[in-house]
Amino acid sequence: MHLVLFFIFGGLCVAGALNLLFQRHPINSALSLIVVMSSLAVLYLLLGAEFLAAAQVIVYSGAIMVLFTFVIMLLNAGREERTHGSKAAYAIGIPGAAALFAALTYIFLSNGTHLSSASLGEYLVTTDALSRVLFRDLLLPFEVTSVLILVAVLGAVALARKEN
Amino acid sequence: MLSVLKVIVVTVILLTAVAYTVLLERKVVGRIQNRWGPSRVGPFGLLQPLVDGIKLFLKEDLMPSGVYKPLYVLAPIIALSCALMSISMVPFGENIHYKGVDLFQISDINIGLLVVLGISSIGVYGIALSGWSSNNKYSLLGALRASAQIVSYELALGLSVIGVVLRSQSFRLRDIVDVQAKHGLLSWNVFGGFQLVAFFIYLMAAFAETNRTPFDLPEAESELTAGYHTEYSSMKFAMFFMAEYGNMITVGCVATLLFLGGWTSPFGNFFPAIGGPVVQALLPVFWFVIKVFFFLFLYIWVRGTLPRFRYDQLMGFGWKFLMPLAIANIIATSLWLAFRAA
Repeated sequence: MHLVLFFIFGGLCVAGALNLLFQRHPINSALSLIVVMSSLAVLYLLLGAEFLAAAQVIVYSGAIMVLFTFVIMLLNAGREERTHGSKAAYAIGIPGAAALFAALTYIFLSNGTHLSSASLGEYLVTTDALSRVLFRDLLLPFEVTSVLILVAVLGAVALARKEN
Repeated sequence: MLSVLKVIVVTVILLTAVAYTVLLERKVVGRIQNRWGPSRVGPFGLLQPLVDGIKLFLKEDLMPSGVYKPLYVLAPIIALSCALMSISMVPFGENIHYKGVDLFQISDINIGLLVVLGISSIGVYGIALSGWSSNNKYSLLGALRASAQIVSYELALGLSVIGVVLRSQSFRLRDIVDVQAKHGLLSWNVFGGFQLVAFFIYLMAAFAETNRTPFDLPEAESELTAGYHTEYSSMKFAMFFMAEYGNMITVGCVATLLFLGGWTSPFGNFFPAIGGPVVQALLPVFWFVIKVFFFLFLYIWVRGTLPRFRYDQLMGFGWKFLMPLAIANIIATSLWLAFRAA
């Protein structure tokens, strides 16, 4: 099961990344990037990093990419490039999504006595263990990184401020 | 097979609850405004949701000519599926297994709370894409407001639940409830866990996340006609509507689990256990439903009472008031927990 899930979501990740490059319209590219981020979250989950997977979805797919789409919508970039989708996407898209859904359902149903007990990774990094490493063993690098991010935020504010 | 059946039953119950929450809203807001609300279809208007559903099904599904079709169709699907998905994490009652199937929860996972937050953060794409793909200024403005508002209030929402997580030391929703089970009302997070401030922040942020009054700027009808769903009709419009009420119910469920002790009785073990095992299994579900109903009523009550915020007030409230307050709450809670542990 582990390997099949890896291939499905790894493939989805690569396909999303390729689609990101091939799409002409920025909003389609942004949506492909969301697919990449979300598939990465599943790959993290397969490695047993559950907190990292959730943070990936909440922070990257949920917040940062919203800002991306926000900017694209605000600038309304690429209006003249508006396409009406490829024929291949219409032909393959819906059956492909249905097949994917069927495959995933089969995997989950056949691998646990019921849906909720299907375990993904072979080992598990709990949030507890993660925070122990982050806030005890690697405290100094962690704090230095956060200061670095703060500096970057302040720099962005200083650069964007109107001069009067 | 039984687990698939469970998923279907929960979804049907949720959709029915959505339909009747709409009726409840129309009735209660009607009474607040000194009128009857729907009263013609069936006794007390109880069949109104059914008739509304039929009407929306039979309406013509208009496709405006200027829209970007793939995303225009996809947007309501994203909104509705995200609203329905997060209910799978919610435990409705005690951990009772029948033939190896957990009766009162679809999936019990270690990071349940984070998954609920993650799904709700994905749900914003439904609104954002609908506004953009509609090719309409009102829709676009509504969608921009919605994305900005949801991203801002998600921060306060996420920070407000950390106090609760600190107390239970787990993201698993069942663990969070178990911590609050001991002394009934007194050990609920909102009272015994001293998370009253967090509860307040969560409630404010949740109102903003679900686009409800006083934070319903994305669909402010006096300025934006209907905001992001201006161009939608028929079932596509109904899907947005269902998503909004589905989100309300999910937020009510999560607030119940996090702050009001979930399915535990407010009296703790004060009263002796009565009835057989079936009654003992269903009584917690009853308490859970009562608490969720309280939240739904609160939503409607607030809608009937408060006027809408101005947009700059909304942003200022989120960033300058709720977020610092949430951080202060985290610091106070962790100091208190450390002090108690020492």
